[in-house]
Amino acid sequence: MTTMRVRQRSVIHAEWTKVRSVPSTLWSLLAAAALIVGLGGLYAAVRVTRPPKTPEALAAFDPTAVSLTGAQLAVFAIGILGVLVVTAEFATGTIRSTLAAVPRRLPVLWGKAVALSATTLVLCLPAALVAFLVGQSVLSAEHLNTTLGAPGVGRAVVGSAAYLVAVGLLGLAFGALLRSTAAGIGALFGVLFALPILVGFLPEHAADSVAKFLPSGAGAALTSVRPDAATELSPLGGLIVLTLYVAVALALAAWRLRHRDA
Amino acid sequence: MIEVRGLTKRYGGTLAVDDLSFTVRPGIVTGFLGPNGAGKSTTMRLILGLDAPTSGTALVNGRPYAQHTAPLREAGALLEARSFHPGRSAYHHLLALAQTCGIGRDRVEAVIEAVGLAGVARKRAGAFSLGMGQRLGIATALLGDPRTVILDEPVNGLDTEGIRWMRGLLADLAAQGRTVFVSSHLLSELAMTAQHVIVIGRGRLIADLPVADLIAGAGSTGVRVRSTEPDALATLLRQRGAQVTRASDGALEIRGWTTDQVGPVAAAAGLTLLELSARQASLEDAFLDLTRDAVDFRAPATSGGNR
Repeated sequence: MTTMRVRQRSVIHAEWTKVRSVPSTLWSLLAAAALIVGLGGLYAAVRVTRPPKTPEALAAFDPTAVSLTGAQLAVFAIGILGVLVVTAEFATGTIRSTLAAVPRRLPVLWGKAVALSATTLVLCLPAALVAFLVGQSVLSAEHLNTTLGAPGVGRAVVGSAAYLVAVGLLGLAFGALLRSTAAGIGALFGVLFALPILVGFLPEHAADSVAKFLPSGAGAALTSVRPDAATELSPLGGLIVLTLYVAVALALAAWRLRHRDA
Repeated sequence: MIEVRGLTKRYGGTLAVDDLSFTVRPGIVTGFLGPNGAGKSTTMRLILGLDAPTSGTALVNGRPYAQHTAPLREAGALLEARSFHPGRSAYHHLLALAQTCGIGRDRVEAVIEAVGLAGVARKRAGAFSLGMGQRLGIATALLGDPRTVILDEPVNGLDTEGIRWMRGLLADLAAQGRTVFVSSHLLSELAMTAQHVIVIGRGRLIADLPVADLIAGAGSTGVRVRSTEPDALATLLRQRGAQVTRASDGALEIRGWTTDQVGPVAAAAGLTLLELSARQASLEDAFLDLTRDAVDFRAPATSGGNR
C-alpha cells in the first residue's frame, strides 16, 4: 500500500467496476444488443415478404440498412445509459465519495468515458455484425442480400457501432453538464431527434445544408452505405463532425465538473 | 491535522461559512458542534475540496486535500447517509473507490468486516436500513486507512448498540494517533466521545475549547427557591444585585448565586421558604447559551420543549 496513488488507469478500472456492478446498467446494455440483432432480423423477415417490385425500388433497396434497423432503436438504450452513468451518482450522492477519492475530478470523467465507450463497442460491434449476417441470410431468400465486402458495407456496420459509442458519450457529457437524469435525457434526445425536425422548418436548401451537420446527420453519413452527396456528408466527414461534437460536449462537461461545487 | 484559516463560503446571498479559523489536532477526538444549518456540513465539504471556498484555506495534513497524490490515505470521510447507488452492493461500492488508488480487495474485505457488514456486503445496498447505510459510510471513510477521519453526524440512524460501537471506534482511531473530526448537533453525544469541541453557529466560530472546560463552564450554578411571598423575596434579591427569573411554577431562579447566599436574605426578612435548591446547569443549557444568538430557526420557547 506504499504505492497508493490515483492514476488514470486505476480510475478507468474503478469506473468499469461501477458499470458492471449495477444490474440495471447491464440490462440496458443487453437490451441494446438484443434490439440490434432482434429488430434487424425481424425487419429483414418483413422485407422478404414484401420485396421491392419495380427496378427503381430494387435499386433504392438497401439491405445493409434493413439489417441494421435495430441500431437506431439501440440509440435510446445507449443514450440513456450514458446519461445515467453520471447522473445516477449525483442523484444518489455517490459523486461525493467519488470526487473525495479522485479530487482532481477530471480522471473520473475520462474514466467514465473510456469504460462506457469500451463496453458499448465490445457489445454493439459484434451485435451489429451478427444483425448484418442474420439479416442478409434472411434477405437471401429473395436474393436481396449483400456482402460485407461490398463497397461501403463493412464501414456502415462498424459505423453503426461507432455512432452508438458517440451517442453514449454525448449522453455522458449532457449528464455531467446538467447533473439531472431527466434534463440529461431530454437534452440528448432533443438534440438527436427534435433538432432535425426544427431544422426542417428552414427553407429547403438551408435545411439540407444545416441538417447534415447536426449530430444525427453526421451519424447518418457514417452509417449509410452510399451517403447521398446532396444531403449528406461523406462518411469521413460524418465521422469528423461527430467526433467534434463529442469532443466539445466532453470539454464543456469537464470544465463544469472541474469548476462547480459537487 | 486539519487547519482552517479564514474559511468563507457564500451561496448567493447567504453566508454559509463566515471567516472560520480553527485547528483539529491528531490523537484526540474533536467534536464539531452547532445547531442544524450552522454550516458544519458545508465546512466539511470545503475541507475535502468538494466545494470551493469563497475565500480562505483548508489544509489536510499540511496541504489542500485535492493536492495529495493518495487522497484516501490522507483523509476518509462520511459526509451524508446513503451516498451510494441502491442497485450496487456494498462490496462493489467500496471496491470501485478502492481501485481509484490501488487499494487491494483484502482491505475492502477488512473494512466490511470492521463495520459489521460482512453478512450483507454482496446484497443490493438499496435494501440497507439507515444504520447499515451509515456503517457502509464509515467503511468508506476507513477504506484508505487515513490519517484524518471526517465524519458528519455519524451516529444518525444507529441503534444503541451501534452508537456504543461508534464511540469505541472513534476512541480507537484517536488512540492510533489519527485526527478525528466528528460533527453533531447533540452536545450530549459529543461530550461522551470528544476531548475537544469546536462550536459554530450561523457559519461563525462560537467556541473552540476542551470538552472539560465546556463542562466546567456549564457547571455554573444557580438557585431555585420557592416562597410563600415570592414577589417580596424577588425584590429583596434584586436589591442585592441578583438576576431573578420566575419559573412557570412560580419558583424563583437566581443565576450565579448559591443557596448559602439566598437563605440568609430570606431569613433576615422573615420570609417562609418552601424550597431552596441548588440548580446545576446541564451541558445542553451551556450549549444553548453558547448558540442562542446563532440559531437560525428556533422554535418558540415552550416549557420542556426540546428540539
